[in-house]
Amino acid sequence: MFSRDKWNEVIESLSSNLFRTVLTAFGVFWGIFILVILLAAGNGLENGVKNIFSGISSNSMFMWSQTASKPYKGLPKGRRYNFDLDDVTSIKQKVNGLKYVSPRNQLGGFGGDNNVVRGLKNGAFNVYGDYPDIQNQEPMKILQGRFINQNDIENKRKVAVIGEGVLSELYEIDENPLGTYVKIQGVNFMVIGVYKKRGFGGGNAEEDQKQIYTPFTAFSQAFNYGERVGWMAITAKDSYSVTNLKEQIFDVIKTNHKIHPEDDRAIGNFDLYEQFSKIQGLFIALNAVAYFVGILILLSGVIGISNIMLIVVKERTNEIGVRRALGATPWSIRGQVLFESVFLTLIAGMAGIAFATGILVIINFVLPEGGDIPFANPSVDLPTVIIALLILIIAGLLAGFIPAQNAIKVKPVDALRTE
Amino acid sequence: MIEIKDLHKSYKVGKNALHVLKGINFSVKEGELVSIMGSSGSGKSTLLNILGILDEADEGTYHLDGVPIKNLNERIAANYRNKFLGFIFQSFNLINYKSALDNVALPLYYQGISRGERNDRAMSYLEKVGLAEWATHKPNELSGGQKQRVAIARALASHPKVLLADELTGALDTKTSYEIMDLVQKINDEGKTILVVTHEEDIAQMTKRIVHLKDGVIINDEKVEQVRAIENV
Ligand SMILES: Nc1ncnc2c1ncn2[C@@H]1O[C@H](COP(=O)(O)OP(=O)(O)OP(=O)(O)O)[C@@H](O)[C@H]1O
Ligand SMILES: [Mg+2]
Repeated sequence: MFSRDKWNEVIESLSSNLFRTVLTAFGVFWGIFILVILLAAGNGLENGVKNIFSGISSNSMFMWSQTASKPYKGLPKGRRYNFDLDDVTSIKQKVNGLKYVSPRNQLGGFGGDNNVVRGLKNGAFNVYGDYPDIQNQEPMKILQGRFINQNDIENKRKVAVIGEGVLSELYEIDENPLGTYVKIQGVNFMVIGVYKKRGFGGGNAEEDQKQIYTPFTAFSQAFNYGERVGWMAITAKDSYSVTNLKEQIFDVIKTNHKIHPEDDRAIGNFDLYEQFSKIQGLFIALNAVAYFVGILILLSGVIGISNIMLIVVKERTNEIGVRRALGATPWSIRGQVLFESVFLTLIAGMAGIAFATGILVIINFVLPEGGDIPFANPSVDLPTVIIALLILIIAGLLAGFIPAQNAIKVKPVDALRTE
Repeated sequence: MIEIKDLHKSYKVGKNALHVLKGINFSVKEGELVSIMGSSGSGKSTLLNILGILDEADEGTYHLDGVPIKNLNERIAANYRNKFLGFIFQSFNLINYKSALDNVALPLYYQGISRGERNDRAMSYLEKVGLAEWATHKPNELSGGQKQRVAIARALASHPKVLLADELTGALDTKTSYEIMDLVQKINDEGKTILVVTHEEDIAQMTKRIVHLKDGVIINDEKVEQVRAIENV
């Protein structure tokens, strides 16, 4: 199949009119170039958007209590209510397929007053009351010490895990925070760990490093929250989608708080998974467009190659006649034409892929790391390249098919008579 | 070796059929050196092409070395051409981008013989036609006579049973023609069956038997006293 003679013949035949060959190959080069660039651009956008979601497990939703908008069982509308720890227990009991149900409370917040004091330094930070599970829902790296554990919850220990941002504002460089105390709204908490997070919102958002996690129970006690739960972060197991389980969760809350079953406004929620799925769908569509456009351009390139092969076959009619007189079978003639056409297509295509890859490397080099634009690491993976190569081989075979057929259509006598 | 009976061939020219071969009966035994003569358009090439399985007769039978040649598909036809026949053309028909050696080796390539052996065998045939030093040269670096020698080496390379030559000296001057005919005679002396189409009387006299074609039939078929080409060079 790949004997030296075949190569010689292919090289010989293609280089006999190099300029024409290069022009022809350019169509395929360009087609595959566009295909790869489009796929990579889609991929870059996808990476960028996924980065935004990377600070949090995407099969999650957040829900909070609002006001009941319908009267029910003698209770008026406009009534306020709060989630409580019983809700958490009953959701865990009644709804199948949930991985984490984390009740959360929060103090302070963005742009609030300074609420945390250490010695002479102070700052405004988000302070959360949390269960250990939250660590899995908002993935973070523990830089020093440890995160909150179940013992802290049970013993209502007044301990805190602070973010890098908190550390740098309240501590001197090189100071060891572990075992020290910070005063949160007048209550002392002992620092047991330091975290760093990949921020929700892409990159390394500063705000996400300026948070303090405390055990839910200690938080409730220290700041008089009682059984109250501010909001919940709920993550479904991988084989479920939280979007599908949402209604069941709401039903539990509605039953617990005597809310009208059709009251849609009593519970607020943000469904990350739904947003994520929508975006995912967009990327599939984007990919399809890339393939569509790329393959159309490629097709015009293939037609060009087919045309050239027709001319080459015509020019070599006599030679083909000689070969057949010497014993070339129809398949060896066909094979040669097909081989040539696949070879040309592949070379042009691989040049296109290489060129596109080069461009991508440059783009990646220039692209700022963790920038604000949702575009990161535009690239094509190996399977895509393999698919592209397969498309090229098939394209080459298609391009060579009619010329190959033409090459053996002529009878050997007539071929020999042609000059 | 060759056995044809009542062979007919006509070409379509527009609406009319041009009846070129009108019942040819003819046989050639192993080791013969036959020339086919006749005026232009008498059907010599047509006959030779049919004998070479490059074309097919409309009627009649053709046996080559006892094998009936009839309704072959192209794959088998190619195979028979490769195994049974060697072609020598007036215009040499060498492949211009291949060296002399590669040209000679080409029929062996189609036999699936390994590159090494192919080249060895091709080389020995180039030696036989006296062109060993020219093995790496391309056809456009060779003279007409040299090209025809390469073509003869190529025709011999696959050990065919019959050599078919259509006007093999047609493009050569007299001296070179005789040199080529000398080579042909030597190959024939070794026992190879050879058919030569020519319209030159002197060339025909260098074969052992002359067949005259006229208007699609054989009008004369006689053995002749062979003139050795070497004596006229
Ligand atoms: N493919 C073809 N189509 C139509 N007519 C053809 C074809 N091939 C040959 N002929 C005709 O058949 C006749 C015989 O042709 P052929 O080539 O056999 O002659 P020839 O004896 O070899 O002549 P020459 O000595 O000129 O080579 C000629 O009249 C020619 O025009
Ligand atoms: Mg002729």
